[in-house]
Amino acid sequence: MTVKQFKYSTFKDPQSQLKWLNKGMFASEEKTFNENLKDLKKYPLKPDQLEIFQVNIGYQCNQTCSHCHVDAGPHRTEMMTKEVMGMCVDVIRNNNFKTVDITGGAPEMHKLFRWFVEQISDLVDEIIVRSNLTIIESNKKYHDLPYFFKSHNIRVVSSLPYFEKKRTDSQRGEGVFSNSIKALKRLNQVGYGKSDSDLILDLVYNPSGAFLPDNQENLEVSFKRNLLTNFNIEFNSLLAITNLPISRFLDFLIESDNYEDYMYKLSDSFNPAAINGLMCKNTLSVDWQGYMYDCDFNQMLKLRTADKGDSHISNFNANQLADRTIVTNQHCFGCTAGEGSSCQGVVV
Amino acid sequence: MSYYESKDVRKFGKISDWQKTLGDKFFSWYGEVFKSSALSAKEKSIIALAVSHAVQCPYCIDAYTEDALKKGYTEEQMMEAVHVAGAIRGGATMVHGVQMMNKAQKLSM
Ligand code: SF4
Ligand code: SF4
Repeated sequence: MTVKQFKYSTFKDPQSQLKWLNKGMFASEEKTFNENLKDLKKYPLKPDQLEIFQVNIGYQCNQTCSHCHVDAGPHRTEMMTKEVMGMCVDVIRNNNFKTVDITGGAPEMHKLFRWFVEQISDLVDEIIVRSNLTIIESNKKYHDLPYFFKSHNIRVVSSLPYFEKKRTDSQRGEGVFSNSIKALKRLNQVGYGKSDSDLILDLVYNPSGAFLPDNQENLEVSFKRNLLTNFNIEFNSLLAITNLPISRFLDFLIESDNYEDYMYKLSDSFNPAAINGLMCKNTLSVDWQGYMYDCDFNQMLKLRTADKGDSHISNFNANQLADRTIVTNQHCFGCTAGEGSSCQGVVV
Repeated sequence: MSYYESKDVRKFGKISDWQKTLGDKFFSWYGEVFKSSALSAKEKSIIALAVSHAVQCPYCIDAYTEDALKKGYTEEQMMEAVHVAGAIRGGATMVHGVQMMNKAQKLSM
């Protein structure tokens, strides 16, 4: 498979991204995210009951998508150790999480991925794996992943920005569309996404550019019709996700001179009704080293949970976490625009 | 500063500042027009893109280009819509050739 030229974020560190997000319009006339919360008497943002344990087991990926908030790619070496995975398993076992959501990078590339799934398989109601699809095609050793997913009744959530080659490849890399189609066929073959099966295959749509997603239901109808007619592929639900202005997507916005317009678009579409459904309310995000965050985006900005401990999974304390304040900043506008956005799609 | 500033589209709502009753009526009607009804919101979006080109409004071209991308139209479909606008404009010019012919024939011996 040919892969687009690797392009990692030009931002040296999360601090410089946060600096960028706090200058310009937000340093002058435009209300910041926290000011919006204050107006609604929702500041500081507090969590509800924790339900989802989202764990990023490593930043290595076979792709280098142009919008990737993880800045993942083949050259990233950050991988969770067995020791930290063990700590995660203990926390999952001893607390009432409903869902474990495994992400990366391409989590399947981690050599302990299958071991980790086996450890948590009986501990929660639902395991989600965020699979980029092409990993299944990238090497013979991954061809059996659909069977492995099936054996643990994993819910597979996969990105497909469009039902057509050009727009998919321009965001995710040359050849990604055709390999994604092949992988989707393999998943369908074992029962994933089929109407007569319980195996769930959801697709994630995120806009391939500086615009917001359209209505999720309408997009789902188009995706279903096109994938079925043109490729005989079925799936369950489409989750529409807004691109947050961090990492590579922030680079793109700045380089293409779309940054200001995009931020105005996000702040003009600020929807107070989205606040109660924000994913940081019921999710804990854990990075490859075991540090905890309010969400995967805060993880990438290195904004650790503001609990009283040291924000490391080895010191997990449910009461302290329940008492914490969620760390919010301008990137959060991406989660409250329009119908809202989360790893589970729209929130309104 | 150019005559059309793309940022000015954010000020569109301000037209109601100088004539509130009519402004409010316009925006409520405008919003209603683009809702799915006998035509879907997606169909209306591509019509709006074509008409934007016919009337050559830079704000509308920007807005409905973005809307077409959002609604999942391909580049090819979008360009075909512009050709439809062009064909109607071109056709409107050419069909007046008949007026010219009628007039010339009437005037001529
Ligand atoms: S597949 Fe996912 S993790 Fe990998 S580069 Fe693309 S967006 Fe990032
Ligand atoms: S980025 Fe979204 S999920 Fe994360 S803290 Fe902000 S609002 Fe919450």
